[in-house]
Amino acid sequence: MADLAQGASAGVRPPILELDGIGVWLSGREILDDVKFGVGPGELVGLIGSNGAGKTTIFRVVLGLLAPSSGRVLIDGRPRPRRNRSVGYVPQKIALDPDMPLRSRDLVALGLDGHRLGVPLPSRRRRELVDEMLHAVDATRFADSRVGSLSGGEQQRVMIAHALVSRPELLLLDEPLANLDLRSEQEVVELLARIAKEKGLAVLISAHDLNPLLPVVDRVVYVAHGHVASGTTDEVVTTEVLTRLYGHHVDVIRLHGRILVVAGQGRGADPPLAQELGRLSNPLDDIMAV
Amino acid sequence: MFAGFMVNTWIVATIVAIVAGVVGFFVVLRGSSFAAHAIPNASFAGAAGANLVGANAVGGLLVFAVAGALGIAFLSKRGRRDVATALAVVLMLALGALFLSFSTEYAAETYSLLFGEVLGISSSELMPTVVLALLAIVAVATCWRLLLLTSVMPELAEARGVHTYRVELVFLLIVAVATSLSVPVVGALLMFSLMIGPPAAARSFTTNPFFAVVLAVSFALATVWAAIAASYTTTWPIGFFVGVLGAAFFLTGRAYAVWRRDRTGAPAARPSAGQSGATEIVARSG
Repeated sequence: MADLAQGASAGVRPPILELDGIGVWLSGREILDDVKFGVGPGELVGLIGSNGAGKTTIFRVVLGLLAPSSGRVLIDGRPRPRRNRSVGYVPQKIALDPDMPLRSRDLVALGLDGHRLGVPLPSRRRRELVDEMLHAVDATRFADSRVGSLSGGEQQRVMIAHALVSRPELLLLDEPLANLDLRSEQEVVELLARIAKEKGLAVLISAHDLNPLLPVVDRVVYVAHGHVASGTTDEVVTTEVLTRLYGHHVDVIRLHGRILVVAGQGRGADPPLAQELGRLSNPLDDIMAV
Repeated sequence: MFAGFMVNTWIVATIVAIVAGVVGFFVVLRGSSFAAHAIPNASFAGAAGANLVGANAVGGLLVFAVAGALGIAFLSKRGRRDVATALAVVLMLALGALFLSFSTEYAAETYSLLFGEVLGISSSELMPTVVLALLAIVAVATCWRLLLLTSVMPELAEARGVHTYRVELVFLLIVAVATSLSVPVVGALLMFSLMIGPPAAARSFTTNPFFAVVLAVSFALATVWAAIAASYTTTWPIGFFVGVLGAAFFLTGRAYAVWRRDRTGAPAARPSAGQSGATEIVARSG
């Protein structure tokens, strides 16, 4: 099923990130099985799945924090080296101390050379690069503010600038929309889409909800039980593909341009649509992604 | 109080304050206050042991402080850091109790190690203090960016190929060195108030990390100088004044932070995560 992505993903240019048959076993349990997908330059791909589906494990493998039991991670067609500057990363849930004496610009500068020894010497080039990056993410207004006291959306933008300042070819964002209000969520999504196109960056965003990303994603990689299905939204997010991926019946409902994925009870025994939708207001276990 | 026999005290106290300000900035930033409390306590056992066998006290302090730092780092590699720190310090204190019970000269020596001694600094102690201080400051300067990055976002540092465990180990060793040179002056129990109070206060007055270190050093210097003067005139232990002044600086800093926030109204005006979550659900179901 994962292979239906290959036709769609094979663009003109070779992918920047390519996962080739990644399998991960941890303490006798299979976490990922034969994960295959690629992200090309200028492409924005959503890695969608519920908590525990294997999204974070995929990120850890791409970042080189976890060695896969099988398969290869290729970045720019080459195996991933230990220290790779060509991958920018925005982790999930960064808890920044509100009293920490660190400005937005200091955090971005750490993205440039935070891994180096010695005290940074003030240089015009360094300052210009940081200013340019803060401007690119619309963060100039709070460049000199205490980064811990910024709102979630503002911190997210500073983190994106931090990840971009070393000019990576690939940007990974782990649940960047979690804990954001609706307006910040839209702003971050639009920012990411613009940056991907302008800089020709390969962007991989993990999320448990596909809907906020729908207007901007080029392709989706759906993860469940350590398996993936990838392709365009229309190819992957269908009742047939997701039922096969989850291993039991799910319904994909499209409503006012939004997609609802709901656990069903098997064909022919579907409860009425209205009843299903009524249940959506409750975070019940059988709703895998809303 | 500026008599000839006090010269060494002023010099050493000044060096101690500079090191405590610089190292303390990262102690507060990394949330390592407990380790900064534990390592001096551990080193106290070393001084007691050195006293017992007739060895140099600073040498004993250094050996035990380094052993404490390595113990904390090793135990916390696979477990919770607070538990590891507690176990390391309890083990060291137990040794200290044993060494003290063997020792014949009990009270005065112990008292000055725990609470500090203004007058007891000889010229021969000057050189080791200067060397250890330079070592600590050069180490902090060398690892400045790594310490910042691993303090603020450890997970991200790891993803960028930084060995966060090694940085933590180096940092604990820096705390151990700072401890060894400070304990003879301000005492094992109150050493850590000098590492926490001034740097924590400095955070409230500036947003620039470099200025925060400069401010932390200034506050630490003011604390130590005032404490020596007060201790000299009252004959109360210097550690008492260091602790009280450290806390006073911290409270002043907090008060300033609250006043600044009230004036700008920044964080209070923002909706909390819970509120925005509720808005989101309403907006989506609508």
